[in-house]
Amino acid sequence: MKFLRVLVANLSIGVVVAISTPLMAQESPDVLVKNVTNEVLEIVRKDKDIQSGSVKKATDLVEVKVLPHFDFTRMTQLAVARNWKQANPAQQKILTDEFRTLLVRTYSKALTEYKNQTMTFKPFSMKPSDTTVVVKTLIKQSGGGQPIDMNYELEKSGEAWKVVDIQVGGVSLVTTYRDSFATEIASSGIDGLIKLLQTKNKTGEVASTVKK
Amino acid sequence: MKTRLPATFKRLVCSTLMVGVLGGCATSGNPKDPIEGFNRAMYAFNEGLDTAVIKPVAQGYDAVLPMPIRTGVTNFFGNIADVFIGVNNILQGKIPDGVSDLGRVLINSTVGLLGVIDWASDMGLEKHNEDFGQTFGRWGVGDGAYVVLPLFGSRTARDTVGFVLDTQADPLTRVKRVATRNSLLALRIVNGRADLLPAEKVVEEAAIDKYSYLRDAYLQRRRNLIHDGNAPREVDAEADQVDVPVKAELPIEAVTPELRSDANGNSVTFARSGTDTAH
Repeated sequence: MKFLRVLVANLSIGVVVAISTPLMAQESPDVLVKNVTNEVLEIVRKDKDIQSGSVKKATDLVEVKVLPHFDFTRMTQLAVARNWKQANPAQQKILTDEFRTLLVRTYSKALTEYKNQTMTFKPFSMKPSDTTVVVKTLIKQSGGGQPIDMNYELEKSGEAWKVVDIQVGGVSLVTTYRDSFATEIASSGIDGLIKLLQTKNKTGEVASTVKK
Repeated sequence: MKTRLPATFKRLVCSTLMVGVLGGCATSGNPKDPIEGFNRAMYAFNEGLDTAVIKPVAQGYDAVLPMPIRTGVTNFFGNIADVFIGVNNILQGKIPDGVSDLGRVLINSTVGLLGVIDWASDMGLEKHNEDFGQTFGRWGVGDGAYVVLPLFGSRTARDTVGFVLDTQADPLTRVKRVATRNSLLALRIVNGRADLLPAEKVVEEAAIDKYSYLRDAYLQRRRNLIHDGNAPREVDAEADQVDVPVKAELPIEAVTPELRSDANGNSVTFARSGTDTAH
């Protein structure tokens, strides 16, 4: 009888695992980062346009391969920090859109500067209950010098993992903006920050089309 | 007999200081940057010098020298730096790292042909990044005010003291023959500047205000280095308690596609595990 109960218990655990696996197995965060970065770098290595500085082409690549794995609302919230609650939903939406443009541009620019650095993944471990994880990688420069840490921070969003921050050598792509955003909001409010981002995004575009 | 140069120099210093003092009124009230007006003036001075002299030289250097030679130069100076990186690791109580750094010097100075080839890295002795400012930080000394030094750029008050010691300890400043010493120092500056060229382009793309972007990036970078890459997350207390209200309040078309997946009744709380705040 006891044997039967253990068997049933095991079976039911098995069933639960079997049911939840297809949902849970939405790639673990480290595998996700590994697959996406390997795929993107593979493309960059072969693409002469991106290597010679075509931000447009790099942006297209980022839009298709990388952006689906980013949570821009969360990123914007982390950058705007304590002032996020001050913004009404419409303002939050515009802020997110503008910040998204800025980040995509920066990330794409960084891809065009990629020159045969090699990327290694540090050991990764997580508990099944974790909702925030950091996937750590190491970038080795081709020109000698000290390797640079590049960390991806991911949060569980529903069943999928989304990148909410990238830190290069400890410098966050997101929270580095915190103080300057706060300063801008203190002096000219949420709309002031929106305007500032819009101006930056516009001038950046002008500059990049002129360059081409 | 007076020469004209000191007078010009004096005037330059005076005017720079004046700009600093006057600009001091225009601080934005960032507690990490109490002398922002002065710093911005210094930053502008450094940028001017960089644009006019250092950057063009670095660009020429970058264009002319083939990669293997660039690597050799970087390794050569890296090997000299490893001596005090090792000393600082030992001062911080990281004895195995310190021993490894000194081992690197031993290997690279000999079989690495005076440091030009970094065999030690290939052998698995990882290169570290340490200086006296980090050692003080490790010992518990806080950042102090952010300051932009003329010529040398971003520092914190603590790192300025560390920087003075780094310079004292720097083997290059002990080279007796002045011409050799100056050539080596110049080469190190130009090579280091050339290494920064790609990063600079990215910063220009990212920064809305380059001064504050570089300041905040510098402060984050130092914090990260002091903790050897394992800095506890900097937490903005209020922001991290927020449960993002966007999903509930925004009309569905306003929600970005990334968010729809978790709008299906899965409420995601954004509480942070880290509790440490910035020091």
